[in-house]
Amino acid sequence: MLLVPAMIMFCCGVYGFITRRNMIAILISLELMLNAVDINFAVFNRYLWPEATEGMFFTLFAIAIAAAETALAIAIIINLYRSAKNIDVRDLNKLKY
Amino acid sequence: MDYSQFLVMKQELAVLVVFLLVFLYDTFMPRGAGKALPAFTTVLLLLATAAGFCPDCLGSSCSAEAFAGMYATSPIISAIKNILNIGAVIVLIQSVSWAGSDDMRIRRGEFYELLLVTLFGMYLMISARHFLLFVIGLECASLPLAAMVAFDKSRYESNEAAVKYILTAVFSSAVFMMGLSFVYALGGSLYFSDLYLAMAGGGISLMLVLAIAFVIAGMGFKLSLVPFHLWTADVYQGAPTSVTSYLSVISKGSAAFAFLVIMAQVFGTCYAEVWEWMLYAIIIVTITVGNLFAMRQNNMKRFLAFSSISQAGYIMLGVIGFNTMSMAAMMYYILVYIFSNLAAFGVIGAIERATGKIDMSDYCGLSKTNPRLALCMMLAMFSLAGIPPFAGFFSKFFIFTGAINQGSVAIYVLVLIALINTIISLYYYLLVVKAMYINPDKPVVQPFKSTCSERLGLWITVAGILLLGLASCVYTWLLNTSFLSNFAAYLM
Repeated sequence: MLLVPAMIMFCCGVYGFITRRNMIAILISLELMLNAVDINFAVFNRYLWPEATEGMFFTLFAIAIAAAETALAIAIIINLYRSAKNIDVRDLNKLKY
Repeated sequence: MDYSQFLVMKQELAVLVVFLLVFLYDTFMPRGAGKALPAFTTVLLLLATAAGFCPDCLGSSCSAEAFAGMYATSPIISAIKNILNIGAVIVLIQSVSWAGSDDMRIRRGEFYELLLVTLFGMYLMISARHFLLFVIGLECASLPLAAMVAFDKSRYESNEAAVKYILTAVFSSAVFMMGLSFVYALGGSLYFSDLYLAMAGGGISLMLVLAIAFVIAGMGFKLSLVPFHLWTADVYQGAPTSVTSYLSVISKGSAAFAFLVIMAQVFGTCYAEVWEWMLYAIIIVTITVGNLFAMRQNNMKRFLAFSSISQAGYIMLGVIGFNTMSMAAMMYYILVYIFSNLAAFGVIGAIERATGKIDMSDYCGLSKTNPRLALCMMLAMFSLAGIPPFAGFFSKFFIFTGAINQGSVAIYVLVLIALINTIISLYYYLLVVKAMYINPDKPVVQPFKSTCSERLGLWITVAGILLLGLASCVYTWLLNTSFLSNFAAYLM
């Protein structure tokens, strides 16, 4: 039962990552997945291993790392937009077989 | 707090000091001094490498822990860091003429700073004995790499490659951290040693299998193992050549060793029940698919991307062998792979800088116009394919022997499949040699003079290819160090 909310969020994230066409939407899906991980850690810490706060600390660090990842991804996407005038993943087709 | 424990991290600190000096130099020196930055960084990193080799009681000669066991070092860990350091120095030497060019003027410093930060992250990843530190190291190694892939800001391909890299990297780290949360649920701690005990006492549950699958998938992205390899070719092709060479050897080598550490120190007790079979299937697919796709490539960087995917499969033989000898063989393989792959990338980089040509068909008749470059490329290809007098043969030989040491019939079959794939790989490696030496077409690349740094880089790598295999002391040293290491207790 503990797993249900986080797993639903994670699966939504994976689904969005695969089906979305807009890069910003993909980034939102990724954020959903990372947040699901954070919830998982917090929940496991609170209900399974309440004597130490290792999971909570991992969550704090994971939030910071996720923020860094998003900032970098946005910067790269803006850079791509400048050269391609488009952020649709279907148009990322110059490098392929 | 006991500050002397920072001295245990002397190799990390050395890289950090180099980073700070480069940063200060880049920020405060007058504009004209930037020309000297590539040489400055290379020399400093060379000094840091040399410092890693000097024996003292804290560093390479004995094992030590710091920060309540979150960080550990031992002779074998120092050895892999030294190997990565050597590789990074060669990459820096080869990139001097690229980084020294005029259009790199204002962003030259960032390239070196980002590279040194990723190196620092990889060291943390290798030495971490707590998953929090491991994740920080992993991100510290992979995020700056995305910025480095996007380094040719005005070139569209570079941006496309960077987007593909950052999206898959974030996805893979989310999957990896999901696996970690399951591991945490099972063990109640993030220390490797606590988790090892919890796994040993816990038995096999569905959650454990899921956790291991997620961890393998997350690391598989970094190592470009096959179901997770789709980003590799695009990113290798789009990134600047210096970044590609860094990505293909240093990043992969460190991830492979960190993967071995996790599998042994956390999941070591469920080797036979759970992850041997996962890895078994992944290795077969990785080697075969990498080989089959490499055959039809014309772009040299794409070609080497697929070749490096299949090489990653061979490196994983060292993990699945799961004994001390296969670990030593894996480190030796990484060392030889660094030299052979960097020789190939050195030639590609030199030709790309001088003429802008990057396709295999452009290499026709290279032996007539630039015989020395063609010779270097041929040696690199022979070494990657594993033809006897060169180092690549010995590294393949040792890694097969190490895997067979594990003893089960299934591993014999696996090694046989890997062996057959070596023969397949001979075909496409020799295609390049054929283009350079045998094809009768008119030479595309006109004779040119490579720069001093490019020549130096190629001399070093060629010397490595020729000597590493013949000088048996290198492998013996690695084997002895890995037996000395207390890490060996986790292996069979």
